[in-house]
Amino acid sequence: MTPLIEVRDLHFRYEDGTQALNGVDFTLHPNETVALLGANGSGKTTFVLHLNGVLQGEGSITVCGMPVNKDNLAGVRSKIGMVFQDSDEQLFMPTVLEDVSFGPLNLGLSPEQAVQKAKSALEQAGMAHAAGKAPYHLSAGEKKRVALAGVLAMNPEILVLDEPNTFLDPPAEGNLLHLLKSLPQAKLLITHNIYFAAALANRAVFFEKGKLVADGSVEEIVQRFNWTYDSLPADLRYSAQRRF
Amino acid sequence: MHHVLVDRWSQGSTALHRRDPRAKIVALLAFLIVLATTPPDAAATLVIDAALLLSGILISALPLVNLLIRAATVLPFSLTFGLISWLAGDTWRAVGLIEKSYLSAVAVLLLVGTTPLPLLLNGLESLGAPRLLVLVAQFLYRYLFVISEQAQHMRLAASCRHGGEHAGSRKSRFRAAAGALAVLFARSYRRAEGIHRAMISRAFGGHFSLLFPPTFRASDALFTAAVAAFLIVVRIQ
Amino acid sequence: MHIPDNFLSTPVWATLDVVSIPTVALMVRRAGKELEDTRIPLLGVMGAFVFAAQMINFPVGAGTSGHLVGGALLACTLGPSPAALVLTAIIAIQAFVFQDGGVLALGANVFNMAIAGVLAGYLPFRLWGARHRKAAIFAGAFLSVLVSAALALSELLISGVAMPRAIVLISVGLFAVSAAIEGAITISVVQAIENLNPGFVQKPDRAGGRALAAIAAGATILALAGFMIASTAPDGIERLGAQLRLSAKANFRAPMPDYSLVSFDSAWIRRATAGLAGLLLVYGVCLAAGRLIGRHRSA
Repeated sequence: MTPLIEVRDLHFRYEDGTQALNGVDFTLHPNETVALLGANGSGKTTFVLHLNGVLQGEGSITVCGMPVNKDNLAGVRSKIGMVFQDSDEQLFMPTVLEDVSFGPLNLGLSPEQAVQKAKSALEQAGMAHAAGKAPYHLSAGEKKRVALAGVLAMNPEILVLDEPNTFLDPPAEGNLLHLLKSLPQAKLLITHNIYFAAALANRAVFFEKGKLVADGSVEEIVQRFNWTYDSLPADLRYSAQRRF
Repeated sequence: MHHVLVDRWSQGSTALHRRDPRAKIVALLAFLIVLATTPPDAAATLVIDAALLLSGILISALPLVNLLIRAATVLPFSLTFGLISWLAGDTWRAVGLIEKSYLSAVAVLLLVGTTPLPLLLNGLESLGAPRLLVLVAQFLYRYLFVISEQAQHMRLAASCRHGGEHAGSRKSRFRAAAGALAVLFARSYRRAEGIHRAMISRAFGGHFSLLFPPTFRASDALFTAAVAAFLIVVRIQ
Repeated sequence: MHIPDNFLSTPVWATLDVVSIPTVALMVRRAGKELEDTRIPLLGVMGAFVFAAQMINFPVGAGTSGHLVGGALLACTLGPSPAALVLTAIIAIQAFVFQDGGVLALGANVFNMAIAGVLAGYLPFRLWGARHRKAAIFAGAFLSVLVSAALALSELLISGVAMPRAIVLISVGLFAVSAAIEGAITISVVQAIENLNPGFVQKPDRAGGRALAAIAAGATILALAGFMIASTAPDGIERLGAQLRLSAKANFRAPMPDYSLVSFDSAWIRRATAGLAGLLLVYGVCLAAGRLIGRHRSA
């Protein structure tokens, strides 16, 4: 199977000199859902921002057969849909419908077609009732689903979600989980919540200081890097018990 | 907060809400211009103008008392100048100032209470306002709520650490306020960068396209013409 | 400082509307050339920031507190044309949503704050910001508030709003105090912003130059002259005189265009024209100075 995403030897350095990515190799195959785990600042978000050309580093990136460079940006961005951590930054149009139609309009659809696409995307995300509302009237969970609809309206083949469960209460998280599970696209999921990751992802990679240092199942990665707080140091647990 | 309330009012669907924003803007301008050129001693005209506004408020099912109270924010200013004018012996000007500035405020509130601001801004653009300006205003309005809330939170957090709004030395509170503003600025800047990233990720090509070009119907033309004619007739009497 | 509707006489608000429209269009075109549509969110967000910033109180003593107006701050961080654009949007939203300032008076308020205020806020920074940074920022913020307020006052006086000399002087005094507060707040905030990220604040070019200082001095003198012309406002002072002589004031209402659209008093027209001409002259000089400076830069 041709990989959906192929990244070879990606390096990236920020303007202030921080070396954010130190030679990352990565491949995404169709139907995969990959969890990107790692400490804050390890390069996960920086990495995904290269996949649709928001950042340009050194190395090669191919998305759905297209190399990611200045000439292919529109095409690449129609294949990869990105949902960012802060929904308020993503929902910048005055109403939900206008926001979800933003993507299709940019892809060249007529207003009528764009609205059609937007409405069916909202339907898919369970937010059709909110079409006329202004974004600040929505709860965090609703905003996240509208943001997802805005991306689904562009018919992407790959979904990238950067810490989608931030600010979501358990019911909203559950809703989002069900929604994501129902979507056929391949997914990249940045998250600190290993249960969320385990429920959705069939593969995980671990970022450390700008390098991708491990690749396996979610359970393997979590165990290998102790990526959970179940195992508190013994004396800390003891003192916590002592206090309460 | 005021803008939250007005925004809620504008979500209605009465006959007045449904008129094309351009029709309402032109009607407002006609009203304001006629009002501005009405001498303050033309009491009958002013009463009829007020009645026109009242009928508008009733048709659009806006909360009357609340609206009248909110329009009163202009009163401190006009009462002060009215007082000064009156003391200088110019009673009619004083009265005119107060009456007319209040009626103007009610009229504007009626417009924004029946027209969601994004639609109003689109209307202004169709009437000739520069596109860039309208877009900036749209974004401003969109993020007004979010950033105001952030500012409120920062105020609260700061006062918690100061032991109250007036504890701590003046210099330290001044510095703290400046720091808070700087952080708010930086967060706003970062937010703008985030919005930019979200825009280009959805294939933004450099120009915003209009989704719903507004449609001006016969009923809108009729509305504007009726209001304008009424105002002019009343004024000339 | 936001003038509501029905305070200004018809020729004044109408003229300012007519003046502001092409000026705003010019600013928009210039800002549009400097930035693409992708910068629109930044401008909008900065506008929202200024709004929100006006909620944060700066204690200035005796239990009072001031707040930021923001013209100079925007000019130092975004540049003058974008700052003018943002302030215009702010003033429009304030007028419509908050009824802070009139709709017909938009031209006047935009001219006072978004055009003259931003220009006055930016020029000192641009001319002296390289070598005397703090003073330049303070001067800019101080002037932007003072200029906007003085213009507003002049417009009110030209419109015939009666103001005894005492009140005028007190007002000017209050403006100076607000201006000083704005200066202090702006310096404080600009420094704090720079500490977070030096890239946020514009870099005024090194070369100040004596020629530029001369132009700036000339512009300032013209500005003061303009204000004096505009605010001699014989109406108010003559009215006071008439009262002291206890003469009937009914006939004195000549320069009150509110009362009739058609018959203007010719003397009033002359005075109003002179006042506005003075202000326009100041504006024109600033604009020309700005262009000259621009050419000087690229030379």
